[in-house]
Order: sequence, then C-alpha cells, then structure tokens
Amino acid sequence: MAGSAVITPLIDIKGLVFSRGQRRLFSEIDITVEQGEVVAIMGPSGTGKTTLLRLIGGQLRADAGSVKVAGQEVGELSRRDLYRLRRRMGVLFQSGALFTDMTCYENVAFPLREHTNLSEALIYHIVLMKLQTVGLRGARDLYPAELSGGMARRVSLARALAMDPELMLYDEPFAGQDPISMGALTQAIRQLNDALGITSIIVSHDVGETLSIADRVYVISEEQVVACGTPDELRNSDSAWVQQFIQALPDGPVPFHYPAADLDDELRSRPLK
Amino acid sequence: MGNMRSIEIAVGTFVVAGCVALFVLAMQVSNITAFQRTEGYTVVGYFQNVGGLRERAPVSLGGVQIGRVTAIELDQARLEARVEMTISADYDDLPSDSSGSIRTSGLLGEQYVSLEPGGMPDALQNGSELLVTQSALVLEDVVGRFIFNQSAGDQSE
Amino acid sequence: MTDLLQRLGAATLNNVATLGRAACFFWRILLGLSELLRRPGLLVHQIYSVGVLTLVIIVVSGVFVGMVLGLQGYYTLVDFGAEESLGVLVALTLTRELGPVVTALLFAGRAGSALTAEIGLMKATEQLAGMEMMAVDPERRVLAPRLLAAVISLPLLATLFTLLAIFGAYGVATTMLGIDGGAFWSQMQAQVSFTDDVLNGLIKSLAFGVVAGWIAVFNGYDCMPTSQGVSRATTRTVVVTSLIVLGLDFVLTALMFD
Repeated sequence: MAGSAVITPLIDIKGLVFSRGQRRLFSEIDITVEQGEVVAIMGPSGTGKTTLLRLIGGQLRADAGSVKVAGQEVGELSRRDLYRLRRRMGVLFQSGALFTDMTCYENVAFPLREHTNLSEALIYHIVLMKLQTVGLRGARDLYPAELSGGMARRVSLARALAMDPELMLYDEPFAGQDPISMGALTQAIRQLNDALGITSIIVSHDVGETLSIADRVYVISEEQVVACGTPDELRNSDSAWVQQFIQALPDGPVPFHYPAADLDDELRSRPLK
Repeated sequence: MGNMRSIEIAVGTFVVAGCVALFVLAMQVSNITAFQRTEGYTVVGYFQNVGGLRERAPVSLGGVQIGRVTAIELDQARLEARVEMTISADYDDLPSDSSGSIRTSGLLGEQYVSLEPGGMPDALQNGSELLVTQSALVLEDVVGRFIFNQSAGDQSE
Repeated sequence: MTDLLQRLGAATLNNVATLGRAACFFWRILLGLSELLRRPGLLVHQIYSVGVLTLVIIVVSGVFVGMVLGLQGYYTLVDFGAEESLGVLVALTLTRELGPVVTALLFAGRAGSALTAEIGLMKATEQLAGMEMMAVDPERRVLAPRLLAAVISLPLLATLFTLLAIFGAYGVATTMLGIDGGAFWSQMQAQVSFTDDVLNGLIKSLAFGVVAGWIAVFNGYDCMPTSQGVSRATTRTVVVTSLIVLGLDFVLTALMFD
C-alpha cells in the first residue's frame, strides 16, 4: 500500500475553507505532507489546529476545497471506507481520551481486540511492547484516573501505536509533560517515525521541541498559512511574525491581548469611590 | 476474567428469574389452564338474560367447578343469549335434563353458571342443549318488583 | 412581543430538530444491532449494569407497592362487602398498569440517568471521538448494546415487579386483613387473562423499554460536552422518559383494552 503513496503526497490539502458557526477558521489553506515526513503545524492558541486534525480524520467536513488522505477525498468517503482509512491512522488526543472504565492494559489492547482476531497471548506481547515504548509497562494495571495527565497521554500514545498506523496525528503531545518525559517523548516520536516508516503530523505550540524533530513546519494564523518551510528556514525568516512566534516575544505583530477597548477608558467608566 | 464470569452468572440469574416470574404470572395469577379447551365437551344453553356473565366465568355443579363459559353471543332467531360452555371430560356422566342458572357469588361478586342435575339416565353429549335455564337475577327487576308488591299491599289494606 | 414570538419559534424549531436527530439516531442504532449478534459479551455486560443493578430498587418498591395496594384496595372493597375480590383488583392493576409504568419510571431514574451520564461523560472526555478515530463506531460499540440491554431488561424487571407486588399484597391480605388465601388466588385466576392482561402488560413494558433506552442513550450522545451539559441531559432523560411513558401508556391502554 506504500507504493501509490510515494508518488502522491500522503496528505494533500488544497484550498481548504472551514468555519465553525459564525467564525471562519481557515480560508484557502494548502498543506501537503509527504510519506515518511514529520510535519509540524504550529500557531497561536485558537487558530483551529485541532480542527485541522479532525478534518484529516474525517470527523469534520470541509466547507470547500479538498482534503485528500492517501489519495482519497476524506469528505466523500462512505462510512465503511472512512473507517477502513482510519484503521491506518493513529491519533493522540490532547486529553488522552483513554477509556476510564478500563485499565491501561485494556486500553492499549482495545483496538487490537476490536479489529483483529489475535490470541490473548499475542495481544499480551504486543501491549507490553507498546507500553514499554512509552515507559509505562509497570503501570499497566492502573486505571486512567490513577495516572497524571502526562502519563495518560503516553498510554494514549501506546494505544494509538497498537495497530501500527501509517499516519500518526499528534494533538499537543508535549503539553503537560515534565522535562524528562518530554525529551523522551520527543525522541520517541522521531524514532518511531524513522524506524517504522510512519508519517507524523504534530500540532503544537511548543516551539523548541517541535522545531527539533520536525522536517517541515507550517505556521497558521488568522485563517492563513503564514509561513512554511524547514525549521532552519523559519529561524532565518525575516518575517517579524515568525520571529515573534519562534522567539516567544510577548509583543509584536501578534497581540497578546484579545481585542478590547482601551483599558484606561474602561476603568474610568466605573471610578472607585 | 473472573469478574466477567460473575457478571455472566448474575445476568443469567436475572434472565432466568424474569422468565420464572412470567411463568408464575401465567400459572398462578392468570391460570393459563383456561386455554386448554380441547379437554372436555361443549354444552349450549339459551338464556333470556345473562346479566354480567363474562367469558371464562366458571361453570359449577354443587359448588364444584366443572368447566368454563367459552362464548356468549346473541342468537338472532330466538332473540336469546346463547352461552357456550366447556365441561371437563372428567364429568362426562351428567344427566341430559340438567338445568342451568346464572348466579352471583356474594352480593356483588362475579357471576357464574350453576348446573342443577336432572334425573334422566342418558348423559349430556358434546353439543347438547340445556333444556331448562334460569336467567340472571337483575337487581333492578328485583327492586322494581319489591316496590310494586309494596304498593299493591298498601292498596289492599 | 415579536421578540417573544421569535424565541418561541426558535425553541419549537430546536425541539423539532432534536426529534429529527433522535429519529435518525434510532435508525442508525437499529442498523448497528446486527453487529451485536456476533458479540453477545458486550450485551451481557450492559444487561448487568442496566438490569441487574436496577433489581434492588425494583424488588423493594415492588413489594411495598403491592402491600399498599392491598391495604387501600381492602379499605375500598370492604365497604361493598367485596373484599374477597382484592386479588382480582391487585392483579389487574399491576399486570395492566402499575407493573409496566412504575417499573419504567423507576428504570428512568436509576438506569436511564446513569446511561445518559456515562455516555455524556464519555463524549465530554473525547472517549467517543477517540473511539471513532480508532475506526470503532461508538454507535455500534457503545450505544447499541446499551439500548438493547434496556429493551431486554425492562420487561424482565416489570414482570418481577408485578409478581413481587402481587405476593406483597397477598402477604398483607392473609396476615393483616384476614382474607382467605384460597379466595384471593381463585378469584384472581378466574378474572385475569393471560393474553389480555399479562401479555399486554409485557408488550407495554417492552415499548417502555424501547422508549426509556432510546431517550437515555440519545440524550447522552446529543448532550453538550460540558459538565453542565451532562447534568442537563441527565435531568432531561428522567423528565422526558417519565412524560412519554405516561403518555404512551394512555395510548397503549386505549388500543389494548377497548
């Protein structure tokens, strides 16, 4: 199945337009991801990065434009074909999305039990290996409520990897991780990608970690792709916007404050007695 | 896995308990034996007035239930109520001139058909007709007659 | 004034839209039921949490409802000298009406609300979305077994409720009220029909099972994925189920016992 994917990009988004309610999130966005790449999609909070992952996974439909995954137009797939396509994807949710009534072990075993007829012995081996990858083999009998947010995310990663996906979608994988596991996780994403031939899309606003492992980066802001290129190209970009974002400057083209009236005027309108 | 097993056992017990409850409802509460109409023979009686007699009402002789009313309909030719009752095959030697009357158990209780045995040597057969019948006692008629008698008595004095 | 009309219109449209979503949802669940046949384990699990865990409240309230019915029925009947008919009164009331209806109301409070809250929280914590992205259809894996479990459990619970209530009334009648046990049963057997009363009651509880399960599962699936949304959906499940059960009971009674 890799044969055809080498010629066309694995993910090909063209002229994507999407609004949620009254709010326009994307207008005319183009993104391509080649087989085997690690592509980061970055941008300030609230620009709809998670929404983009949902569009790729077929949970949302584009208002206009096309979202193609492995050459198939996601929005036009029948339910059966969409579910077949999703079997080739793994998603790491921001919250982890672990099943709270199952242990870590059962969570990781869940996709295997749903989609395969493997023996329990084989599932045991696979699950333990996946949990070992994320360093939580010892936590296999714990319930998600007994894990910290960062640990839950790692179990969720093991679960996403259980079916050996071709495409991994990471939604904010670094948020809430302590420095040690953050470093390990960053390396793990890169190594998984190279060792297993996975294609990865990372949605994040942690600049340092993301730039250290991404092959290419798309920066999204205000409905548009404002910059794209390798991490080095971005670092050397002369766009004030990109520099502000990468160097984490508090003020610049992107305002820190949500649009509001002048603070002085607002305070004066209700004077203290 | 042990947990799953105890859940299975609990669910199994639950389903069995529900089915047993339905069975008891059928046998103890609604007496499903009323369905077994085949065991017995049918006797017909014509009544001028059946009162509140219902289908499935008991048919008794000497206070012992021997069958049930299976159908009540109006005979257009005779303009009388045709009551069909099934008598249990155990009682196959009832005199053919037995009479039937509709009675009430208690003042406001349910109505039933009471058979009074006759003296003929031959027995009631399947499809036999009760020759002598007595209609249900209608309370209004009784009260009406009572008042009429009272006023008649007043005049004679 | 126009503002009021506008809001009224919007609310009406919203409700109609919800009804439409609920109908489509029901249809999709029906289509998903076939997959359940291959995995009865899922169903067993749900019958446990929906049916077996509701047993306690059904058993206890069944016995007490029967005992109260026995007492009240006796006080009424004794004025007419017809206290021997207590068994008939109790059995007909329970098999035709109280058994299915009270069970459905208790079911909505105990199991329906739990179903809605569980599914709503699964939605709020992205578990359902996560399942979808793992190529597992939550409608078939999570919702269909729960709905079917409700449909199976409610008739069983209603039957148990009815039977226990009749025995509760029997206990009160023979021990406290001095009614002859034989008369209690024999009058009941003479007047209660299996098809007209017991089976019709069973059909009612089956219909209530569909309604209660459908409303509970749909409200959970359709709720706003916030803590307030889940709590509202749970309340709505209990209120809407109770109202629809009572309304449907009237319709079914009119159809069955004409």
